Amino acid sequence: MIRFDQVSKRYAESGEVLCNLSLEIAAGEMVFLTGHSGAGKSTLLKLIGCLERPSRGQLMVDGRNVGRLPRRKIPFHRRQVGMIFQDHRLLTDRSVFDNVALPLVVAGLGHQEIARRVRAALNQVGLLKKEKSHPLALSGGEQQRVGIARAIVARPPLLLADEPTGNLDPELSREIMALFARFNKVGVTLLIASHNLDLIASLPYRTLTLDKGRLVADSHAYKNPEANPG
Amino acid sequence: MRRLQIPFVRLPGIWFGHHLQGALSSLGRLRGTPLPTLMTVLVIGIALALPGALYVLTRNLERLGEGWEQTAAISLFLKAEVSATKAEALARRLAGRQDLESVTLISPDQALDELRAETGFAEAVEQLETNPLPYVLALRPAQSLGDAASLEGLREVLTALPETDLVRMDTLWVRRFQGVVLLGERAAQVLASILALGVLLVIGNTIRLEIENRRQEIVIMETVGATHAFIRRPFIWLGVWYGLLGGLIAWSLVSLARFFMQGPVSRLAALYQADFLLVGLGPLALAVLLGGSLVLGLAGSWIAVSRHLAAIEPG
Repeated sequence: MIRFDQVSKRYAESGEVLCNLSLEIAAGEMVFLTGHSGAGKSTLLKLIGCLERPSRGQLMVDGRNVGRLPRRKIPFHRRQVGMIFQDHRLLTDRSVFDNVALPLVVAGLGHQEIARRVRAALNQVGLLKKEKSHPLALSGGEQQRVGIARAIVARPPLLLADEPTGNLDPELSREIMALFARFNKVGVTLLIASHNLDLIASLPYRTLTLDKGRLVADSHAYKNPEANPG
Repeated sequence: MRRLQIPFVRLPGIWFGHHLQGALSSLGRLRGTPLPTLMTVLVIGIALALPGALYVLTRNLERLGEGWEQTAAISLFLKAEVSATKAEALARRLAGRQDLESVTLISPDQALDELRAETGFAEAVEQLETNPLPYVLALRPAQSLGDAASLEGLREVLTALPETDLVRMDTLWVRRFQGVVLLGERAAQVLASILALGVLLVIGNTIRLEIENRRQEIVIMETVGATHAFIRRPFIWLGVWYGLLGGLIAWSLVSLARFFMQGPVSRLAALYQADFLLVGLGPLALAVLLGGSLVLGLAGSWIAVSRHLAAIEPG
């Protein structure tokens, strides 16, 4: 599903954020990405979602060479990648329903189809009754679930989450992770960046560790649990 | 999981739907902020009303001038003792001149009839026992005789004729008047060009601010896979609405001005025993005004969008 081949990302201001990164994530995997802040976790996710382009190397996502994608094709790539952010990135002047519907509106679906899929997505995150609420009237955990519903509503094969539990208490964090595990069970590939090491350690998934832009550990826990150094 | 796929045949409908959605949502956005919208639209309307009003003014002056042009000629009054035969001979002689386009002989009887037909003179004419009017030659100078000097030369020649009593020349000031009207028309064009640039900047700047205000929303839309066209659309429509509404305001202002001017103009015309109805923009000029304002709105927003939207990238 995702293959980094000696990928580097350099910013004019902050220098090299990712260097010579090579890794592979198969379709249907659920993988954690961890490391100190500034290790390059967010940048890695942005490269996969084509919010940023690699400076060097080749990055393949679902058979598409993301680094070489023509500009006009980028939106269509992004529709195949659901993204979840720590700050939720919701439109505060629109209802929960409208926020979740956004990817479908953008893709040009009909009203009925949109309503059906939005309710299905809201149902999955347990917010069906809040569709008319405004995001600011919701708790942090609920807002994050709206963000998750928006990411899954178009049914992308790949979900990326950047610190999805960053602002949530352990109980809510666990709920969110359980939600992700459910998506994974139906075949969605997930890559979750988090520095919540306790939570990650308690879950049986493959963990990649980044440090100063380099891959320093890959547990492969999901494939062969014995190899897990933790 | 089933992927999001859209059948190709539905694409034109989607394109149209997106535009309708963009148009309506932009209109809704304008209605949501009535006061700022009104201010912007008024600025545009006033800017467009100025050249519009000047155009209407010159158009009316032109119409006024047209009426005069029919009579705008040289009237050559012959001495009272000049007989019909002599007058006819002179008319034939003058008709041969290169610098005269037409020569019409008006007999005293004809002139009296005309005078009688003119309002307010009928009673006075009835009082007369004999016809005091002389033979008159109505001369129309050739178009080639444009400048004042050659017209003056023609007048000297005519004055020197032994049959001539008086030469009255309306041509020169009518031409000057036409020159003024032409100047007004040109001024309207120049003013329109300058103010069009102003309107373009006003709309461009308004759209730029709108883009800045909605930066967060644009980033989110790009993140979930909105195309540039999709994001651009409501802003382009916003510009179109601004332009169109501004054009309508301009038209209302010009119509309102015409309405208020008609009273005094009618009164003034009545003093000259005439009837003068002010004309408005007319369908063609209205189409130009609305079409122009629409194009200005489109161009202004297009410039703003292509300059500022591309700078917003998610990250």
